[in-house]
Amino acid sequence: MTDRYSQFVNSQLGEKLADMVGMPKPAKLRRHEPGQPLIEGAVLLGGDGRLSDAAAKAMVGAGVEVHTELAEAEETPRYAGLVFDATGLTSAAALVALHEFFHTTIRRLGASARVIVLGTVPSATETPAERTAQRALEGFVRSLAKELRAGGTANLIEVHPGAEAGIGSPLRFLLSGRSAFVDGQRITVGPATDHPPVAPEDPDRPHAGKVAVVTGAARGIGAAIARTFARDGASVVCVDLPSAGDALAKVANDVGGTALQVDITADDAAQTIIDHVTARHGGLDIMVHNAGITRDKTMAGMDEGRWNLTIDVNLVAIEQINDALLASDVLKAGARIVCVSSMSGIAGNRGQTNYAASKAGVIGHVDGLAPTLAGRGITINAVAPGFIETKMTDAMPLATKEIGRRLNSLSQGGLPVDVAETIGFFAGGDAVWVNGNTLRVCGQNLLGA
Amino acid sequence: MAPTPNDAVIVGGNRIPFARSNTAYAKASNQDMLTAALDGLVARFGLAGERIGEVAGGAVLKHARDFNLVRESVLGSALSPETPAFDIQKACDTSLEATVAVANKIRLGQISSGIACGVDTTSDAPVALNEDLRRVLMDANRAKGAMDYVKLLGHLRPDQIVPEIPRNAEARTGMAMGDHQAITTEEWGITREAQDELAVASHRNLAAAYDRGFFNDLVTPYLGLAKDNNLRPDSRLEKLAKLKPAFGDRETGTMTAANSTPLTDGAASVLLSTREWAEARDLPVLAKFVDAESAAVDYVHGHEGLLMAPAYAVPRMLARNGLTLQDFDLYEIHEAFASTVLSTLAAWDDKAFCTEKLGLDDTLGTIDMAKLNVAGSSLATGHPFAATGARIVATAAKLLSERDDWAHGGRALISVCAAGGNGLVAILERA
Repeated sequence: MTDRYSQFVNSQLGEKLADMVGMPKPAKLRRHEPGQPLIEGAVLLGGDGRLSDAAAKAMVGAGVEVHTELAEAEETPRYAGLVFDATGLTSAAALVALHEFFHTTIRRLGASARVIVLGTVPSATETPAERTAQRALEGFVRSLAKELRAGGTANLIEVHPGAEAGIGSPLRFLLSGRSAFVDGQRITVGPATDHPPVAPEDPDRPHAGKVAVVTGAARGIGAAIARTFARDGASVVCVDLPSAGDALAKVANDVGGTALQVDITADDAAQTIIDHVTARHGGLDIMVHNAGITRDKTMAGMDEGRWNLTIDVNLVAIEQINDALLASDVLKAGARIVCVSSMSGIAGNRGQTNYAASKAGVIGHVDGLAPTLAGRGITINAVAPGFIETKMTDAMPLATKEIGRRLNSLSQGGLPVDVAETIGFFAGGDAVWVNGNTLRVCGQNLLGA
Repeated sequence: MAPTPNDAVIVGGNRIPFARSNTAYAKASNQDMLTAALDGLVARFGLAGERIGEVAGGAVLKHARDFNLVRESVLGSALSPETPAFDIQKACDTSLEATVAVANKIRLGQISSGIACGVDTTSDAPVALNEDLRRVLMDANRAKGAMDYVKLLGHLRPDQIVPEIPRNAEARTGMAMGDHQAITTEEWGITREAQDELAVASHRNLAAAYDRGFFNDLVTPYLGLAKDNNLRPDSRLEKLAKLKPAFGDRETGTMTAANSTPLTDGAASVLLSTREWAEARDLPVLAKFVDAESAAVDYVHGHEGLLMAPAYAVPRMLARNGLTLQDFDLYEIHEAFASTVLSTLAAWDDKAFCTEKLGLDDTLGTIDMAKLNVAGSSLATGHPFAATGARIVATAAKLLSERDDWAHGGRALISVCAAGGNGLVAILERA
């Protein structure tokens, strides 16, 4: 999992050489460490709209130093983040406000900076002109994300009218090191429901007292998800195939959780999970569907077995388990379901018709279920990882691996923990109005963007 | 009987798959395997960092450095390092005796939780110095001057480099266990066909148990092995009938490699506790440990077969508990050899044996063979000596917990014979 190229260009000699020949220079990303502040340095809040107050309140509440006027360069040479409320922009002509705000401030950003634009969900706007302006924000943010250097990211939060109070959770997530590899993306908040967002008492332990089930927890991204939830206070039930039981036991013991050996495609898999969490924990707060397989072959060469197994594990099992969970009374109030899709499900990939179909299907599953769960205070969302450094990618041919790593705005692969942190964001008690999203964790990969 | 505050209950078990000697675990030590078995148990029940009242267990084939094997394994596991542990050794009864020890401590209120375990490897077995050479070296250790050393040099002989290799033989008779059993087998007239049938049933039952996911919460894979590699799901009588005898008379004998257990590597563990301890942690309670009885027989002078001690222990335990041999829903009789099981059953249904040797008025009678070793036993799983008892206790406890319509309320008889003419039997009841 070592990215030797990154290590080299971040060395003294390597940096000089990279400058001379114009090689990409992946920055060391700021990642969340327990106890560290949400973001180091001041955040400049600009724009004028219905979200400014809520955004300011959320940031100040999280201990962030918020400026509403650009400070003198001597006083604050570098800003850690720029947040712009664009909800007031209701016409194309008004978009010039973006230029006014960012033209000068963008040069004042420090390392691993955050640019966050707040807008209105285009389909929830009142006039065609407003929708035009709001839709423009996405193009703006995606481009700005590609211009940022030194591990900086730019993302867009679109908020439904009336869901202003839900801005805190995505705002805190995007400002923090937890969102290190989320870049050039859009998070939708709302519509609001009768279930209000509940900010965590301890921001370092947002899942304290929660019970999380993680499938595919024996290795790679799944193990990182288990570790991240445990770090954030949850009791973790680690699920994987009986044949992966030894690696699973190690993860479970490391996180002080339990190991549950079950094949998620088995007829009684859902019941086994329900029985376990009911008996041991009295219910379930967070269900993470991470388990997945690839059985790559081009269409002409793919046998039915490869097709069926991939669809069964990656898609059918998730549907069956979710159906069973939702039909039972095992889900506690405010339960969260998070699925793992894939960049391949969005962009497609040669030799992965089965895999991409299953992962795109996951997005449809999330889209379809989300509105039916909102009234119960339950959410379902998905993450779509891009190139993530795991033992699996380690085994890829060097050239393929290097291309995979560099073809994104951060010029590097993500880490399993980046996916895990994003799942943790969706699972938060304050993310109750973040529902039906599929969020890419890809460093703004060029594929399918 | 109403539950008392100090019922010792079985919460669950964990073992690694058993591997035939010199296969998957050829390079694994007893400590490696036992640690893996404990870690799987810890993971299953979320006990990482927990201080358990006592861990008792052992191995039969031990290196000298493994004198504190169980404690060392605990220290290498995810359990709290403040978990005490001790080693015991009673041949094939080791981990069943450990279960009795832990259960009794729980019942006496001395501990509220405990783990019984056992492990054995025949692949990484200790090889000792030649006894002659060892004596010379010990004398050298005591030597006081140069002359003493010179004298001792004269005692060194080339043949002293031949090491002592442990053998599966009785110390007092020099006979292999299988050859002992061959005598018993012949005495009781146990047929080749009956032995092979029992072996086939063991494989079939174990395979079926794996197929229905029975072992998903009893076994944790180890070193790439997910199932016992001695298991032959397609075992058939016709195939077994072709094998040559391995013990007793090599021409007319009835005991073969298929109806005898192979040398095996593996480890197994069982978690026991009070009901309160389990409830406080929302852990399952599979079964209650009811009673146990030890027996031993005089095989040295030929008064009884080496592996017949359980035949004596069971009636004593039944009498103490006011039970008959038929008052059980399940029978777990360790398959050291198929004929051990069949000889024991034959003895219990034999008037002369029951009246003259057991001192009973009548026979104990027969058992319903459909209740015997229903999830397979040692002929199919293999038999890492000290691990077998814990395997059986966990298997029997889970079997009992699976149903609530047992004819006898859910009661299992466990019987394990051992080297040295020892035997240990126990009763579990559905909790």
